[in-house]
Amino acid sequence: MVLAISVRTRARIRFAVRAAVTYTVLLILGLITAVPFIWMLVSSLKQPGRLFIYPPEWIPNPPRFENYVELTQKMPFLVFFGNSLKIAILTTIGQLLSCSLAAYAFARFEFPGKGPLFAVTLSCLMVPYQVVLIPVFAIFNKLGLMDRQVVLWGPAFTGSAFGVFLLRQFFMTLPGELEDAALIDGASRFDIYWRIFLPLSQPALTTLAIFTFMGSWNDLLGPVLYLQSKHKMTLTVGLAMLSHQWGATPWHLLMAGSVISVLPILIVYIVGQRYFVQGIVMTGLKL
Amino acid sequence: MERPAPQQARAEDLGADSAGIGFVLERERLQAKRRRRWRHIVSCYAYLLPLLINLVFLSAGPVLYSFFISFTNWQIVLPPVWVGMRNYTEQLSSPVFWKVMWNTFYYTLGYVPLNMIVSLAMAIFVNQQLPGISFFRSLYFLPVVSSGVAVALVWGWIYHPTFGVLNWLLDAAFGIQGPRWLSDPHWAMPALVILGVWRSMGSNMIIFLAGLQGIPQELYEAARIDGAGRAAEIRHVTLPLLTPTIFFVLTMSIIGSFQVWEATYLLTQGGPARATLTISYYIYQQAFEWFHMGIGACLAYILFFIVALITLIQFRLQRRWVFYR
Repeated sequence: MVLAISVRTRARIRFAVRAAVTYTVLLILGLITAVPFIWMLVSSLKQPGRLFIYPPEWIPNPPRFENYVELTQKMPFLVFFGNSLKIAILTTIGQLLSCSLAAYAFARFEFPGKGPLFAVTLSCLMVPYQVVLIPVFAIFNKLGLMDRQVVLWGPAFTGSAFGVFLLRQFFMTLPGELEDAALIDGASRFDIYWRIFLPLSQPALTTLAIFTFMGSWNDLLGPVLYLQSKHKMTLTVGLAMLSHQWGATPWHLLMAGSVISVLPILIVYIVGQRYFVQGIVMTGLKL
Repeated sequence: MERPAPQQARAEDLGADSAGIGFVLERERLQAKRRRRWRHIVSCYAYLLPLLINLVFLSAGPVLYSFFISFTNWQIVLPPVWVGMRNYTEQLSSPVFWKVMWNTFYYTLGYVPLNMIVSLAMAIFVNQQLPGISFFRSLYFLPVVSSGVAVALVWGWIYHPTFGVLNWLLDAAFGIQGPRWLSDPHWAMPALVILGVWRSMGSNMIIFLAGLQGIPQELYEAARIDGAGRAAEIRHVTLPLLTPTIFFVLTMSIIGSFQVWEATYLLTQGGPARATLTISYYIYQQAFEWFHMGIGACLAYILFFIVALITLIQFRLQRRWVFYR
């Protein structure tokens, strides 16, 4: 009896120790993750003069919300925000339409050339993006599309290997009986795609939408390469411009801009968290 | 399938001419079939039309076009001039190129092991049934979804030599005088490595977590009955069964480490003294700052070749050390 209790007590102690160790490690890792974000927010609310103080202050005293106003005066940040939003939304719509069309054909039709075409699409996933960057730039340059926002969202309407692959995998899991029933009822192939496949694929479409939106919103390289006029620029390139200005770096403004650029994605992330996890697991996409 | 049958029957009833008419009807039937087939193929390709445009003009086509460009001298304004292997031979004998290759290798050597260890540890700790664990999972994933620009900028501020948080922390906690980080040729690269690991550890954590959750619980129970402690469990059950995931993450991390561009563009632009000039940024510099399209494409193809080689080697090695159930 005494032995039994002591074994149980020992097990309980072991569990408690393990939990304590786990929480300690989790907390340390959590701090490492969170502190840069906290520092971003704190710095965005500081008086410009109070930034350069040693040791650093962790509570802005008093908080200066005017930094955000100053940001919009220094640069047309509201315009940038609108441009980013517009490009990201158009990119997302384009990807959803074009990828789902191609994925539907790959998942449900038999036709000559299907195998090789799918193989070519997949192999595009393995090519480093730098290889494609130069010729695509040359093509857009030739077409006279420099400094046009359409260069950033237009290509989305032709799909992408990643999106086609993701949606095809999902479409393959939908049962064939659904289509048979619809065909008997006189539905066309397109009806099946539009009225059955798309509504049933909402989880996969949401995953693709979130990833596309995020990728477009956070994209810096595209706008850097293609946009020159200030009023066409996006949030990311606006921030980059502000940070590359000569003279003292306006850290309070850069941090305010960073907060603004993180916020929309943060909201999307909190609402649709499971889709992010799903997308990462399904594809192992590196961001 | 129903319609052709009566036609055939009628053809037979017509007696002497039946062979000729039958032939005509048969031909019509075949034509109709062929038309239907063509219509089917055309409609299939109609669904694929956007993707075909993508392949020809934006992905597969440009891969070939890029190969051609890499053999030319092309400064975008004038038409490209064929120079044969000159770009390749020039790059391979240029000290800057080898500096770039070394920098890229250095970044990979720092980034990949550190990233894998941290994200695997995260996944193991987060893969437990404890209250509040999902909060930590979401938190760790936060840097992945944040914009690379915001992340790079805040780290640039953290790395500030005199007023940065990092050097303050080093001083306050350990009494160490921190380096000048991004403006010190020795520390700029480690600084970018830390930033890169911090940014992406959450995404690899998710992949590891999925791998961990695929390991059957019975194996742990069996190990526990055999008297295995926590460390022995990880060593003899978790790691062997996780090798496919580890292999996958390893390959993706190495390839990913060649693509670092954003942080370099925002924080160091390849400097100081070319200390952070990696292949990705060098390609950008050659092609889009100096408009040496030929050299840029040539460098991109060298990168492509290295990526292909690494993938191939890893798939070979995989047979030896990856444990598939």
